[in-house]
Amino acid sequence: MSRGRGSNLARLIFLGPGLIMLTLLAVVPMLLMLSTMFFQRGRFGGVVYEFTTANFSRLFQPLYLNVIQDSLVVAGLVTVLALLIGYPTAYAIAQLPPKWKTIALLAIMLPFWTNFLIRMYAWTILLSGPGLVNEALTGIGLIDKPLELLYNRGTVVVGLLYGYLSLMILPIYSAVERLDPRLREASANLGASPVRTFFSVTLPLTLPSALIGAVLVFVPSFGNFVVPEILGGGKAIMVGNLIRDQFLKARDWPFGATIALVMVVVTVILLLAQAVVSRRTRSA
Amino acid sequence: MTLLSIEGVSRKFGNVTALSDVSIDIQQGEFFALLGPSGCGKTTLLRILAGFETPDRGGVRLDGADLLKLAPHKRPVNLMFQSYALFPHMTVAKNVAYGLERENLPRAEIKARVGEVLEKVGLEPMANRRPAQLSGGQQQRVALARAIVKRPRLLLLDEPLSALDKKVRAEMQLELKRLQHEVGITFVVVTHDQEEAMSLADRIAVMDQGRVEQVDAPVTLYDRPRTYFVADFIGANNLFTGAIRGGVFSAEGLGPLPSKATTADGSAALAIRPERVRLTEPTPGMVQGVVVDVSFYGGVSHIAVEVTGLGRKVLAATQGSARITPGTVVGVTWRPEDAVLIAN
Repeated sequence: MSRGRGSNLARLIFLGPGLIMLTLLAVVPMLLMLSTMFFQRGRFGGVVYEFTTANFSRLFQPLYLNVIQDSLVVAGLVTVLALLIGYPTAYAIAQLPPKWKTIALLAIMLPFWTNFLIRMYAWTILLSGPGLVNEALTGIGLIDKPLELLYNRGTVVVGLLYGYLSLMILPIYSAVERLDPRLREASANLGASPVRTFFSVTLPLTLPSALIGAVLVFVPSFGNFVVPEILGGGKAIMVGNLIRDQFLKARDWPFGATIALVMVVVTVILLLAQAVVSRRTRSA
Repeated sequence: MTLLSIEGVSRKFGNVTALSDVSIDIQQGEFFALLGPSGCGKTTLLRILAGFETPDRGGVRLDGADLLKLAPHKRPVNLMFQSYALFPHMTVAKNVAYGLERENLPRAEIKARVGEVLEKVGLEPMANRRPAQLSGGQQQRVALARAIVKRPRLLLLDEPLSALDKKVRAEMQLELKRLQHEVGITFVVVTHDQEEAMSLADRIAVMDQGRVEQVDAPVTLYDRPRTYFVADFIGANNLFTGAIRGGVFSAEGLGPLPSKATTADGSAALAIRPERVRLTEPTPGMVQGVVVDVSFYGGVSHIAVEVTGLGRKVLAATQGSARITPGTVVGVTWRPEDAVLIAN
C-alpha cells in the first residue's frame, strides 16, 4: 500500500510540471477558443456571447464540406505516399552498417534544421517555369516547353510529402532497428521465404510505429496552410487556409473555431485508431 | 547410418577464427551435443547448419546431399533458439502452426498436428495465450513444440535450458530426452554446461577455440580424455605435466608417478580423477603432502592435499565423511591403470 502511494507521489512529481504546462497553456486556451463556436460573430469582428448553432449548420454547406474533403484527400495521399516511400527507406537504413546508418539518419534529419518556409520557397524555384526541373527536362529534350509544375494540388502533395517524410521514416526505422533479428531467422528456419517473413513477422511487428508515423504525417498535412499558400498558389485551399482566413481575414472567430473542431476530432479519431491497433499488435 | 556429415568446415570473422577445420559425423536418431566454453565456435557451427552463416571452407551433407546449397527456409533442419524467438504477436497455437502453414498443408491437418504437439509438451490449455503471458519454462516448451512440429530431419537446440532455473531445468532435461525417444528426430544440442551435455547426449563433441578436441560418448570422455583440454574441462581432474621416458611417466618436480604408459616417449600429461586418488600412510618414494582442507558434501567428501614440489593442490574424493583432519601428512597414490596419460 505505502509503496503504491509512494510511487504515485513520485509519478506526480515527475508528471506534474508537464501536466500543468499542458493544461494551462494548451488545453485551457484551446477549450476557450473552441467554446466560441457556440456564439455569434460581432459585426466588426470579436465574439458576441449569444448562443447559436448556426456555425454548425454553416459547416455542412457544400463549400466547406468540399474543402474538408479535399484536405482529407490531400493529407491521406501524402500519408500513403510517405508510408510507401518511408517504409522501404527506413527498412533499408536499419540494415546498413552502423557507420552508414548514422550518416543516412543525419541526411534524413538535415532538412529539419532549415526553416520550413525557406524549404518550401526553394521548391518554387525548383518547379517554376524557368526553374531547374523544367530546364533539365527541356535540356535533355523530353519536353518542348516548360510544364506547369507549380500551383496545383500535386505540388501541394509533393511539398507536404517532402516536409513531413522524415516523421514517417524515423519511427519506422527505430521499430525495424529494435526488432530482434532472431525473429526473422526463426521465420526463415520454419520455412518462410523472405517475402513471407516480411509480411508475417516484420510488418506486423513494426506496424504500430508505422501508424505513429502516419499520424505524425497526416495531422500536420491536414491542417497545413503554408504549403497550399506557397506551392498551391492559394488556389488549392485546405482546411488550414480556411481556418486562418476565418480568424485573420473574415474575423469570424466562432466559425473558425467550428472548423478547428473538425481538425481536433479527426486527430483524436486517428490517435484512438492508432492506440487500438498498437494494443492489438503488441505482446500481452 | 550417418545423417549429417560436417567436413573440414572453417569460418573466420575478421581476425578471429570461429571454426578451424571442423569435421563431425552425426548418426541418424542420435542425441548429439556440441560442448565447449563460450567463444569456442559451437554456436557458429549451429548457425552454419541452420543457414544463417556460411563457412569459408568445407562442406556439410545431410542424407548425402549438399546442405549448404539450400536457402535457410528450404532446409529440413529446425532450430530452437536460445532466446526462443517466439513471435510476440501470435498466440501459442499460431506460433506452433507457423511452420506448417508454410508447407501449405490442409487446415485440418495443421490443427490436428498443432494440437498433438501441444499435448506432447503439456501446453494445450495455453494454446490461445500470447508468449508474454507464459513463464520461461512454458515459453521454452512452445519453442520446442514449434521446432518439432515440422518433423525435421535434424533438430538443433541452442543452449535450450540455459534460461531456466535449476529445478525446471532438471525436469526439462528429462522431458527433452523422453521427447527425443518419442519423436525419433536427430537432436544436436549446443551447450556450455557439461552436466547438461553428459546427462542428455549419446555422444559429445568437445570444442575449444574453433577446433574439435574429442568426439566420444560421455563415459569415454570422462574416463579416457584424449587431450589436456578435455581432461581439464570435463569434470574435476588432477593434472600433472611431465614426460614419458622408457615407459615411465615423471612429473615435473615430483618424479615418477603410478601409470601404465601406452604412449610413446615424449612430453605428456597425467590425469587422475579425485575419486581414484587414495590417501595412505606416507612411505618413502611415494608422493607426499599435507591435508589443507576437508569439505563434506553429504554423499562425498573432498580432501585437498598440498603436495611438496607441486604448484597446485591434489584433490581426492572419498565416499561419506572423511576421517582425516587438516594438517595430517599423507601419501598420495592411485592404481596405475586409473591414471590417464595424454601425449602432447
